[in-house]
Amino acid sequence: MYPELNNLLNTTPDRAEQGKLTLLCDAKTDGSFLVHHFLSFYLKANCKVCFVALVQSFSHYNIVGRKLGVSLTAARECGQLVFLEGLKSSVDVFFRAQAEPHPLQFLREADVGNLQPLYEFIREALKPMEDGQAAWRYPVLLVDDLSVLLSLGLGAVAVLDFMHYCRVAVCWEQKGNIVALVHDSGDAEDEENDILLNGLSHQSHLILRAEGLATGFCRDVHGQLKILWRTPSQPAAQRDRSLTYQYKIQDKSVSFFAKGMSPAVL
Amino acid sequence: MESVVAQAGLVLLRDSVEWEGRSLLKALIKKSALCGERVHILGCEVSEDEFREGFDASVNSRLIYHDVFRDPLNWSQSGEALPGGPLGALQAMCRRTDPGPVTIALDSLSWLLLHLPCPALCQALCALSQQHSCPGGGSPAEPVRVLCLLHEELHGPGPLGALSSLAQAEVILSGTMGQASAHILSRRPQQHPTRQTQWFSILPDLSLDLQGGPPLESQPHPEPHTPPVDPTAHMTFNLHLSESERAAKDSLTLPFQFSSEKQQALLRPGPRQATGRIFYEPDAYDDLDQEDPDDDLDV
Repeated sequence: MYPELNNLLNTTPDRAEQGKLTLLCDAKTDGSFLVHHFLSFYLKANCKVCFVALVQSFSHYNIVGRKLGVSLTAARECGQLVFLEGLKSSVDVFFRAQAEPHPLQFLREADVGNLQPLYEFIREALKPMEDGQAAWRYPVLLVDDLSVLLSLGLGAVAVLDFMHYCRVAVCWEQKGNIVALVHDSGDAEDEENDILLNGLSHQSHLILRAEGLATGFCRDVHGQLKILWRTPSQPAAQRDRSLTYQYKIQDKSVSFFAKGMSPAVL
Repeated sequence: MESVVAQAGLVLLRDSVEWEGRSLLKALIKKSALCGERVHILGCEVSEDEFREGFDASVNSRLIYHDVFRDPLNWSQSGEALPGGPLGALQAMCRRTDPGPVTIALDSLSWLLLHLPCPALCQALCALSQQHSCPGGGSPAEPVRVLCLLHEELHGPGPLGALSSLAQAEVILSGTMGQASAHILSRRPQQHPTRQTQWFSILPDLSLDLQGGPPLESQPHPEPHTPPVDPTAHMTFNLHLSESERAAKDSLTLPFQFSSEKQQALLRPGPRQATGRIFYEPDAYDDLDQEDPDDDLDV
């Protein structure tokens, strides 16, 4: 996790809020550093994490996680992390006979599908242990990313319904958190993606939006991060509703600074 | 804002990602409940606990929550889902028979519009907002107010236009510099639509605080009264001309101005002769040939 980002969000692994949906979106840049941040953040917070990784392989996240101080292999072995590797298991849908419906069963269906098998998988992965002992603090669902599901043929409403049920199961029933990444197509006319992004924005408590600079690529400033709190728990006057910072991604950390205050420029 | 809330019929609260409308919806619900009305809420987007948060016990006792949020598509097969799905729940609200003025809140209409066909939804809204007569007969119809939360960005102009035409009032939320504003368009029968902008804020106890104008930071602070300073005093150069200076300036003839005196001076042969003379001593190497050197060109 990036300590500077924790400071901006005014949170630490020990006292993070529960029952919240955090939406990550990126426009004209790569916002996956936010996914790595939240993955290591919640693993360090001793939460049970279910990671639906549709974009990269396990080893990719593991390598980056090690730079941030967590070992995904160890977390998976001790049961803290449930990792659904979309790239590998999507092949299983076609080449292996499954007794129960596969989480990515929609890939096989000819007509418009829904994500109920994936929701059931997540619900099973994050359900509290029967013996009553709470080994982990609260469950967390991480999805990287939801725009891929649109590209795979699902409708925006189907993905929104899936996120609705995840909110019921994770945020409401178990007071856990959800973090999901959606790409913003920006100028490209993608109505389904816009419906998904706006629909999720209205349901989120916190929106982190990484944008590329309007002037193009810069070596010292990689982008701009907009933070929007939507339902502040404190009265609006006491808490800034929206902040904007610029950032630079380094090997093991990300540094944030106010607009125009990059150390390279001063 | 009070007049908009008081009138019966369909009221659309159109919000956006940046200016959320649920807290305004809850504030209007609280107002209705404190007036003694019963409030039915069709909750699709947030859980009942989250929706009831912020209301005190007296208001909460008047709220009847129909929970679609928990299992809208009946995936759990547990039998807890409302029969008939969301549309069935909406139509059931049209048939309720309890007496007294009633407010119905839909949280949110966007959710319903994404899951139900627009015509069926419009018909259900029409049926909901029309005044019902009590089943006993004889007593006058009770007004029904329907408050709907609508997320603007999720829908195209077609459905939005259809819903606008059904609504008696629309409240469009926006704001500036951290201060929310509501642009209210209200349509009363046989009257011109009226428009009004109201600045407001929602207090932590969900009461509505109406403000007179835009936030004070945007207005320039009135300057303390100071006598106007004459900038032309204490200057190191002269901006004005005295009378003699002005007369001298006016009598000056400009060098390229062709006045009558100049014309006469040119016409009269002056006392000086033509003084321009050229004295030339040819060198030994000079060729004083009078012919034109270009004569041999066939140009």
